[in-house]
Amino acid sequence: MPALDKRAGDVLIWFLLLSAPFWLPAVGSYVELGSHVVVYALAAMALNFLLGYTGVLSFGHAAYFGLGAYGTAMTIKYLYPSTPVGMLVGVAVSTAAAALIGPMIVRLRGVYFAMCTIAFGQVFYFIAFQWRSGTGGDDGVSAWHRMPLDFGFFHIDILNNPAAFYYFAVAIFAASAALMAFLLRSPFGRTLLAIRENERRARFLGIPVDRHIWISWVISCAFAGLAGTLFALMNNFVDPRALRWDQSGDFVIMAVLGGMRSFWGPLIGAAIFLVLQDYISSHTENWMSFIGLFFVLVVLFFPRGVLGIVRRRSAP
Amino acid sequence: MTQLLLFNVVNGLIIGAFYALMALGLSLILNLSGVINFAHGGFLAIGGYLAYTLVPYVGFWGALLVSPFLVAAIGILIERVLIRPLYGRDPLYSLLLTFGLAFMIQDGTRFIWGAQSLPYQIPDWLAAPLSAEYFFLTGYRVFMMVLVAAAVLGLFLILNHTRLGLRIRAGTLDLETVSVLGVNVRVLRNLNFGLGIYLAGLAGVLAVGMLGLEPTVGDNLIMPSFIAIIVGGLGSLPGTLIGGLLIGVASGVTSVFFPSASEAVIYVMMAAVLIVRPRGLLGEEGRF
Repeated sequence: MPALDKRAGDVLIWFLLLSAPFWLPAVGSYVELGSHVVVYALAAMALNFLLGYTGVLSFGHAAYFGLGAYGTAMTIKYLYPSTPVGMLVGVAVSTAAAALIGPMIVRLRGVYFAMCTIAFGQVFYFIAFQWRSGTGGDDGVSAWHRMPLDFGFFHIDILNNPAAFYYFAVAIFAASAALMAFLLRSPFGRTLLAIRENERRARFLGIPVDRHIWISWVISCAFAGLAGTLFALMNNFVDPRALRWDQSGDFVIMAVLGGMRSFWGPLIGAAIFLVLQDYISSHTENWMSFIGLFFVLVVLFFPRGVLGIVRRRSAP
Repeated sequence: MTQLLLFNVVNGLIIGAFYALMALGLSLILNLSGVINFAHGGFLAIGGYLAYTLVPYVGFWGALLVSPFLVAAIGILIERVLIRPLYGRDPLYSLLLTFGLAFMIQDGTRFIWGAQSLPYQIPDWLAAPLSAEYFFLTGYRVFMMVLVAAAVLGLFLILNHTRLGLRIRAGTLDLETVSVLGVNVRVLRNLNFGLGIYLAGLAGVLAVGMLGLEPTVGDNLIMPSFIAIIVGGLGSLPGTLIGGLLIGVASGVTSVFFPSASEAVIYVMMAAVLIVRPRGLLGEEGRF
């Protein structure tokens, strides 16, 4: 009964996400880690829209994540102190950047696409690093904070209440996941799958492959930017590390670890990765070695990811 | 003004020579094995640190000779154990693996040699300027340029005049046919990887004399090396060489007029090349 299994899995995931602030402290963790997982999960799912469902490898998503974060931070700090406005600007900036860079790289494939996304990703890192007067250079954008949500008739204090911010992040995550699922089920999403499975055949069927990859790229980067806006709001701070290439690698390993052919894979990968990183970095100074080793082990022994293995077991 | 310009052109050429040396190694591995070696900067750092450790025993010249070979041996071992199982799989996996390796190497060098930057002694007569007017032309810089040129020349001689080189070039075009013709492709990829890593190790030994030793010494060189490959043309080694020198000089010259844009200009060049000529300056049509 795979259909029932799938629904049971969905229910379980939503149950765990919605109840997290209640059980996280009980297992010795904290609500902020839950927010972390949700934010990174959104970024990894955004990447997986491109990686798992279009079959295009981007190793530069941190740039769009970071642009979202910087867009939000700088808007709230310099322009207009409002959380929703900051988020809108953040997403707009990363979407615009992705739309502009897309045409230069969608003609490339495979490792070459990956290499160009890495190189272009680094552009924004340098801008953030060099533009001291605006982005604060290496020190990042600090001395600002997220604003409580104020809709006139009701008021949510996401600033001082970690659980409220967690539910705010979950709400954004839920809306994004629903939208991505909807897109993937639409004829457009099915076309992306066709391109992933056999690009040449898709081309022969008259599908404008490059344009579809471009659209998928922009959608993916827009959601990564949205995750970035949440990231900035979560930390009340952003620095150039948010858009450096090692951040991109983290997103990819989350998607792979959870299972890139599964819709919820990146969420599970993000949860495992972040809990592990939290644990390792609090126990040893050489956490980089362990994270690196973790990458190597996942690639060598776990390439299908958690959900890939679960699915294979349950298949007849 | 002319002196300043000349200074920056020379500087750019030297930096460009490093980019080219790094990028040639990356390009060799990428072309034959389809692997983007993120850990290339890490191998460069290992080359520098090994030389640092070796200098008290074998001297400057001995370290220069031995260290790159040791790095190449490490590279060959890593290829054999970790990367070989990934051939034939999605390039995603080798990318992630070398990414993890880069982390491990950086942390490992920090663990062994410490996080502080270490001084690297070069012979006095090499460190002295050649003339008072052109103070920036130290013997070491000229020496580095000569050595890089010799390494590049040697690489092209190997590729064009030895059986190994012939097989590497043929394998770049059509690995399956090369395999069918009875060449052991596993050994070929292994040696080719070692050759690429040798170049990284050599770049490492040379670079530390100028940049000093730090665990992150390779980090600043790897991104421009990717761009050198993209600008020069995917799949073309001469293109990679030209790409490396070009972006080095471009950023050197830019630093005369707009110092803050000296890094940005190489990205602008990459964007321009991708728009006007997506396959790169010397890249072959339809290779990707």
